[in-house]
Parts: sequence; C-alpha cells; structure tokens
Amino acid sequence: MAQADAVPTGTNTTTQSPPGQLPQQREEGRGLPSADNVLEVTDLRKYFPILRGFFRRHVGEVKAVDEVSFHVARGETLALVGESGCGKTTTGRCVMRAIEPSGGSVLFRKRDGEEIDITTLTRPELRSVQQHMGMIFQDPFSSLNPRLTVLEIIGEPFVTRKLISGRRELEERVAQLLRSVRLDPTYMRRYPHAFSGGQRQRIAIARALALDPDFVVADEPVSALDVSVQAQILSLLKELQSELHLTYLFITHNLSVVEYLSDRVSVMYVGQIVELGRTDSIFRQPRHPYTEALLSAVPVVETGKAGRRRERIILEGDVADPSNVPAGCTFHPRCPYVQDICRDEEPQLVDLAGANGSHPHYVRCHFAEELDLQGVRNSPQ
Amino acid sequence: MTQSPLLLSVDNLATHFFSQEGILEAVDGVSFDIHAGEALGIAGESGCGKSVTAQSILRIVPKNGKIVMGEISLFQNGESVDLVQLEDRGQEIRQIRGGEIAMVFQEPMAAFSMVYTIGNQITEVIRLHQDCSQSEARDRAIEMLRRVGMPQPEQTIDAYPFALSGGMRQRAMIAMALSCHPALLIADEPTTAVDVTIQAQVLELMKDLQRDMGMALIVITHDLAVISELCDRVMIMYLGKDVESAPADVIFRDPKHPYTIGLLRSVPELGEGHSQELDPISGSVPSPYRRPAGCPFHPRCPDFIPDVCDVHLPPQIELAGGHSVRCHLYVQD
Ligand SMILES: Nc1ncnc2c1ncn2[C@@H]1O[C@H](COP(=O)(O)OP(=O)(O)OP(=O)(O)O)[C@@H](O)[C@H]1O
Ligand SMILES: Nc1ncnc2c1ncn2[C@@H]1O[C@H](COP(=O)(O)OP(=O)(O)O)[C@@H](O)[C@H]1O
Ligand code: SF4
Ligand code: SF4
Ligand SMILES: [Mg+2]
Ligand SMILES: [Mg+2]
Repeated sequence: MAQADAVPTGTNTTTQSPPGQLPQQREEGRGLPSADNVLEVTDLRKYFPILRGFFRRHVGEVKAVDEVSFHVARGETLALVGESGCGKTTTGRCVMRAIEPSGGSVLFRKRDGEEIDITTLTRPELRSVQQHMGMIFQDPFSSLNPRLTVLEIIGEPFVTRKLISGRRELEERVAQLLRSVRLDPTYMRRYPHAFSGGQRQRIAIARALALDPDFVVADEPVSALDVSVQAQILSLLKELQSELHLTYLFITHNLSVVEYLSDRVSVMYVGQIVELGRTDSIFRQPRHPYTEALLSAVPVVETGKAGRRRERIILEGDVADPSNVPAGCTFHPRCPYVQDICRDEEPQLVDLAGANGSHPHYVRCHFAEELDLQGVRNSPQ
Repeated sequence: MTQSPLLLSVDNLATHFFSQEGILEAVDGVSFDIHAGEALGIAGESGCGKSVTAQSILRIVPKNGKIVMGEISLFQNGESVDLVQLEDRGQEIRQIRGGEIAMVFQEPMAAFSMVYTIGNQITEVIRLHQDCSQSEARDRAIEMLRRVGMPQPEQTIDAYPFALSGGMRQRAMIAMALSCHPALLIADEPTTAVDVTIQAQVLELMKDLQRDMGMALIVITHDLAVISELCDRVMIMYLGKDVESAPADVIFRDPKHPYTIGLLRSVPELGEGHSQELDPISGSVPSPYRRPAGCPFHPRCPDFIPDVCDVHLPPQIELAGGHSVRCHLYVQD
C-alpha cells in the first residue's frame, strides 16, 4: 500500500489576513434579519424518540437539540463547541437538512440576496440549495468511497448535476481544486487508500468546495488526524476562507482550535446554547460557569515563561443525559455556583451587552451578571 | 534533585511485526530509565511505537510481533529481572503484570469483561496477587473505588461496566489497576477517549494517586499538554525511535530535535488568540514499511543536511542536564 508523497503546503510563507469582517452588532436569530447573514437559525429543535421493547413503544425523547438560535454572518467563522453528545453534529446536520429537524427554522441567504427557509423545501428544491453548502466530516477514511478515483470523487457533484460534460473540462476543474488544497493534480487517478489521513482530508475539502459554496459546515475536521497534520489542515482552512470568501460553521470539541479559527463561538451543553458571543471576549472573560470550567479544564504546555497556572476548576460528575435532562438549569448538578433558584427555574438566553452598544453576548445563567469568572490567561487585548 | 532508586531500565529495545508486507520495525532501539515515583511521558504521533513499547514491557505483544533485541530490567528489592527473558505466559510475568506493573488503556471497555460486575473483576485481580479472603478483597476493592472518587462505592461495586458512564468507567479501570499497589502504572492514552472536563478529573486523580502512593508512572499520549501536566521527564518518539528525551521543563522550554520543535509549533495554544501563526511540519508520517534511510525524519525536516541526514542514522547525543537527542545538528561535547 504505497502512500503518495505529500506536497509542501506552503503555509509557512503565506501571510494570513483575518478572515472576513467582524460581525456588526445585531439581534440574535429571531426577529431582525440582517442582509449580511448567510444563515439564521431560530428555535431549532431535534428530538429523537426513545423506543423500547418488541412493539417499539415510544417511551421518551432525547432532546439532542433544544431551542437553538444563532446566525452566521458572511465571511465569518462561528464555532460550535461542547462535550460529546451536546448536540453539535445534530445541529450541523439539521442546518444542512441532512436530517429532519423537529422544529424551528433555518434561513439561508444566497449570495444574490435570495432568502430560503431550508426547513420548508421539497427534496428537489433542497438539492439545488445544497449546492451552495459544503460539508467536511471528521473521518477522512470513511468519508471517501474507496472504489472511486480522486477524479471521480471530486468530480461527482459536477457529473450528477450535469454541470460539466466534457472529460477535459472536468479534469481541468478537478486539477484546479486539487491545487487549491495544495495537492499535486497528477494524483487524480489514484484511489483514496494511497493517501495519508491529511491528504484524504484535503481531498474531502476539495470535494466540499467543488460547487463553489458560500457556506461550509466542518464537523471535527481535524480530530482524527495526527497532531502535525492537524496544523496543516487548520492553516489550509483559514487560507481558503480568505481566498474564497467562505463562511464556516465549525464544529469541534477543541477549545484551542476554537480560539485559533473562530470569530464567534457558541458553547453548547446538553442540547442548548449556554453562551454565545465573540470568541476573544468569551475566552478572556466567560460569563457562564460551564464555559469557565471548559476553558479551565484544557491542559496546557508549561514552558515556564508565564509561571504556573492558577488552580484548575474540576467539575464533578458527568455531562447530563439528554434523555433525562435535569430540572431548572441543566448545568446545576455540576455547577460550582449553584443556588436554590437554579434547581427549579430554567434560565433564559439573555444578551448581556444589552443597550450599551457592545457586541452581543448571550448567556443562559441566572447569575451571569453577578459572577466574576476566570478566562484563559494572556488572552490578547 | 535527589534521585530515587532505579525501578525500570529499558535498554535498546526493538520489537518488530512480521507480515506478508514485510517486517515492520514498530520499536527500533529505544532506551529509557524510570526511577521509583517518577513520571515519564512518551509522546509522538499515531503509529510511532508508543503502545508497542508498553506492550513489550508487559510482555503482551500480539502474536505476530516479537521483541527482537534489548533488555527490560525491573529492579525490586535490590535484585533485577530481565522481563524480555521471561516465559511470556509464565507464572513470573503474570505476577508482575497487575502486581508490580499495572496498566490502564484508552478504552476502559477493553479492560473489563461485560458479563461480570466491576466488583467481581477487581476482587479477582486482588486475589490473584494478594493472599486474602473474598470478603477482605471486596473491602479493599470498595476502598479503592472510594479512593478514585467513585460515587457510592458500596453500591457501584455491583454495577456492570456497561451501566457506568464514561468517566466512572475510567475511574473503575484505574481502581482495578491500582488495587495491588503497583510500583509502576502504565497509562496508554488514558484520556484520549474522554471529554475535556472528564480528562481534567482523571489527570487530577492520577496526579494525586501518584503522589500519595509513590508509584512511578508512564503516560503515553499524543497530547504534549497532558504530559506537561503530569510528567517529570519526556521521551519523544518518531517511527520507532526515541528522538529526544529530557526533563519536562527543559524540553518544553528548549526543545532540540527539529521534530519536537515542529510538534510544539503545530498545536494552537489556548490563550494565544486568533492571530497566532501555526508552523506545521510539512508532509506526513511515512508508511512504517517504507522507513526513510538515515534519520527517519529527514524527508520532513527543515534543517535537513544533504548526504548526511539521508545516509547516516544519527547517534544518541548526550547534552547537559539529562537531555539527549538523536540528530546530526548536535555534537557530543
Ligand atoms: N498487531 C500488530 N500487527 C502489525 N503491526 C502492528 C501491530 N500493532 C502495532 N503495529 C504497528 O506498529 C507500529 C506502532 O504501533 P503503536 O500501536 O505502538 O503506535 P502508537 O504510537 O501507539 O500509535 P497510536 O497513537 O495510533 O495508538 C504501527 O506502525 C502499527 O501499525
Ligand atoms: N439517531 C439517533 N438516535 C438517538 N439519539 C441520537 C441519534 N443521533 C444523536 N443522538 C443523541 O443526540 C445527542 C447529541 O448527539 P450529537 O449531535 O451526535 O452529539 P455531538 O456533540 O457529539 O456531535 C446525543 O445524546 C446522541 O446520543
Ligand atoms: S443558572 Fe445556576 S446552576 Fe446554572 S450555570 Fe448559572 S449559577 Fe450555575
Ligand atoms: S538528523 Fe538531520 S534530518 Fe534528522 S532531525 Fe536532525 S537535522 Fe533533521
Ligand atoms: Mg459529533
Ligand atoms: Mg497507541
């Protein structure tokens, strides 16, 4: 099983400009649509039925995603972060309508300004909208069909949509896509097994970009890769964003990656958004106790230069079971700041920035304004 | 630092696998020492030979593989035994495994059988290594479960592994590994499969247990930050070789090997913000069947010296302060 040689990515020499424009202040999701939002998700829900026994009796519901609202502005990266099972993938799949949401709306705005509610489309309508959306998955080993050549894999969207008919034209386009992900175009006759994990992920990215999408959902695109290769793919995604003016919904559990890549971040806990706002301000000063604990939990390399880190917050217990969500605040069984009210009353997602003119910062906690929480050290600004 | 007595000494270990595709040199000439109570981190990317190193120490290398060279000396009560020379299914290694040396794995489900309660399995380990009655063993198991922070250990001991959450399973596995007070615990990717908040719990637990029980620790991981949190010394592996080895505070402050430097520059660091520049290592780890000649890192190395690095395997160079590196850029003083 020969591995193809990697081509250097050239990332060392490319200077990076910050992707897109920083989002202007706007209302979250519901209500005020803004012309530069690619996506507006409002009250999205996905409940999976729990079926038991021989008759597949409906005994309950997994609230995988519950009342999730957010927007993604053109050219920005919104990260969805949270622990395993919190509903990140389900949110991403509902947005693409790869699965049917149980409720809510997903408004997609094309480059020409046309607005489409993805949740109400018929199948053929959906297919034509999906052209404008790309998807990159975690596992580059299972996401590529082993029986097809790279040419067939990347060329497939053009062929099935009858966008290109001539062989030469197709090869030309695929070669161009391979070059854009820094792969040698002569690789197009090879099969996926001849490539390393990082190269396969490049092929998957080339396919996701084939139809020139505005909007890309990337679900843990580097988690399955070796450490040294993760950095290559992260740099590539950042470069492609500024070259092609892409908008990313970036799903990850890795907070360092969130900080490196995203303009804004949405922290999820058991199917809900608990904090949403600009990445730099949330990392510097989180306002939700769960965000604080997540940031504190990340192990860091001690180089000795900044002195030893402060005491780590260790949360007790495990993430709540989404089929048996705790009453009140879903985080209350693990929260170090829990009060009586938290056990009974569910906090709402509230914008703390409010009328004071700063960037929106949404938090779902009764004590968001009182608590003085710790962010990561030496966050810039 | 006053040095505690030597516990384990691995000298020029090589473990190879044999298949139709050829010989795979999974571990190829690795040496390191562990002193009592010390924590060593072994880091490197997928496939570099970390797990096979651990399997070799415990003598649980899969059937198609074989230790082809080297010594693994375990020192106990002033005597030493070469684990490589032991019968691989013999009484002696079975006593050492789970007794002096215990192991926890990435996937706790692999450590437990699904058809017995965790209590049955932990007491069985205790009774295999210690002379005690069933009820004494059960009491010790409960005590150990309490020690690792298992909620309601008196009840949880009768739970089946599948009924526990991920974090609790991880704790149960650690309790089982520690139930016979090993002198050395080998943890192979102990937190790779768990969430970050559970990882923080497990790391804190391992730190506490190591301190309280004075045991030595080998932590195997691809995450340098995990090593930085837990370990006194670090060994970096690449394609079966130990390319650099040093005290943890030294290697993170002053890495010498181009691969180590590249690894450290590849990870985005929390707190460094949106504008930090990653400097990825080019290319990827080659197939282990086509190991490059000379320095195995040379096709990816930014400091590659033509006609030297691609021809000669770099020797181990000892630098000051217990720091050693295999790279032609350095010379022995
Ligand atoms: N049973 C086996 N048969 C054949 N080759 C094996 C076997 N076990 C391991 N290898 C090979 O030995 C090399 C080292 O494997 P090892 O499992 O030690 O890597 P590792 O550093 O632990 O990687 P990972 O991070 O993926 O677990 C790899 O090339 C691997 O494919
Ligand atoms: N097809 C399904 N049937 C039942 N439950 C599901 C299904 N898909 C996901 N879930 C549950 O929904 C929750 C969220 O899942 P997911 O979005 O995949 O989490 P993650 O954040 O890891 O991507 C989890 O509790 C998961 O078990
Ligand atoms: S609402 Fe209460 S329990 Fe929930 S995060 Fe805030 S303080 Fe903690
Ligand atoms: S020996 Fe040569 S190729 Fe290998 S790491 Fe050192 S400089 Fe690079
Ligand atoms: Mg997922
Ligand atoms: Mg391994």
